[in-house]
Amino acid sequence: MSTATKRALLKPIVDDNPVTLHVLGICSALAVTTSLLPSLYMCVALTVVAALSNAAVSAIRHVLPSSIRIIVQMTIIASLVIVVDESLKAFAFETSRELSVFVGLIITNCIVLGRTESFASKNPVGLSFLDGIGNGLGYSTILILVATSRELLGAGTLLGYTIFPNAADGGWYKPNGMMLLPPSAFFVIGLIIWAVRTWKAEQVEKPEFRIHEVHRTEAL
Amino acid sequence: MGSYAELFIKAVFVENLALSFFLGMCTFLAVSKRIETALGLGAAVVGVQLITVPANTFLYNYVLKEGALAWAGLPDIDLSFLGLVTYIGVIAAMVQILEMLLDKYFPKLFHALGIYLPLITVNCAILGGSLFSVSRDYTMGESVVYGVGSGFGWALALVALAGIREKLKYSDVPAGLQGLGITFIIVGLMSLGFMAFAGIQL
Repeated sequence: MSTATKRALLKPIVDDNPVTLHVLGICSALAVTTSLLPSLYMCVALTVVAALSNAAVSAIRHVLPSSIRIIVQMTIIASLVIVVDESLKAFAFETSRELSVFVGLIITNCIVLGRTESFASKNPVGLSFLDGIGNGLGYSTILILVATSRELLGAGTLLGYTIFPNAADGGWYKPNGMMLLPPSAFFVIGLIIWAVRTWKAEQVEKPEFRIHEVHRTEAL
Repeated sequence: MGSYAELFIKAVFVENLALSFFLGMCTFLAVSKRIETALGLGAAVVGVQLITVPANTFLYNYVLKEGALAWAGLPDIDLSFLGLVTYIGVIAAMVQILEMLLDKYFPKLFHALGIYLPLITVNCAILGGSLFSVSRDYTMGESVVYGVGSGFGWALALVALAGIREKLKYSDVPAGLQGLGITFIIVGLMSLGFMAFAGIQL
């Protein structure tokens, strides 16, 4: 693999992660992560849409006038999402009910539009396709981390299989019900961001305001 | 009238688009640094919701739904698979119109909103509002109330978060949590607060 392909594919996973660094695609990362299975479907759906729309936008980048590019990109993305939505309804009906409007909301997932706009409109087809897959993987990493911790701590199961035997059924684990509720998703992502930025210190944001440190002796 | 009031309260507090469905998070986190901009964007979102949710509900009920084209003599046609493209088209057009109106009549607000106005198009709170309204089979009247209520709830959460963040910049946050991280934790705490409204019956 050449360096350019490698970078397009692997960089978005930690170094340039769309969720933790660029704050893109947060909505669905929070909403579908109460359990692991729908999150996995969501990851696949988003990766497919991101890769294909990147490739499509990149293929027409020389003939697309910039004044109408947003509308054209939205149309391409929306058509791909419809295909994904209809195939989910056909092959995984239960999960598609559980995901409800969030598959449709991939259209407005900023990762997809952000990548077509900033990467695919300037780069060749193959590379754009890989960039789409890479960003899909970056998003999937976060989604799977959040969903795993929420389902495991909230219900003691993973993909529906019991991992921690429930206290109500004679086991030892008392499920933390709050992990299944919306607010915990924010806490988990906040903590992931904290962990990533402690590891990769260059991602830390500069505070806009700092109180001048005064030594005790000066104050006296 | 009672059911409309109930729907409004439900859309604003119990089913707050930002804090219980996580919709419009990107803009929510990006534009909540100052109260003034938050107020402007909030108002714009309420305006767009007021128009797009009823418009999309109307389109779904009279053009896209299975058998909806009966008035045109085509009772067998089911266009509901075109829904997503239609909704996003309507939203994009409305935002464009709003942009031109603001530019002409409120240039100050127009410049304050800057890039975030076109970004309303990709704000999932807007598309989400339309999708919820359609999937819950709201009538025209209900969809107007739901549109305003959901937009207002989103704006309320946005302004509240902006208020907290304006104070927060004076506090000493651990380096790794600086900026985005601490904002997430705060939104989580706000969302806990809003959960207190769950289960309220009017």
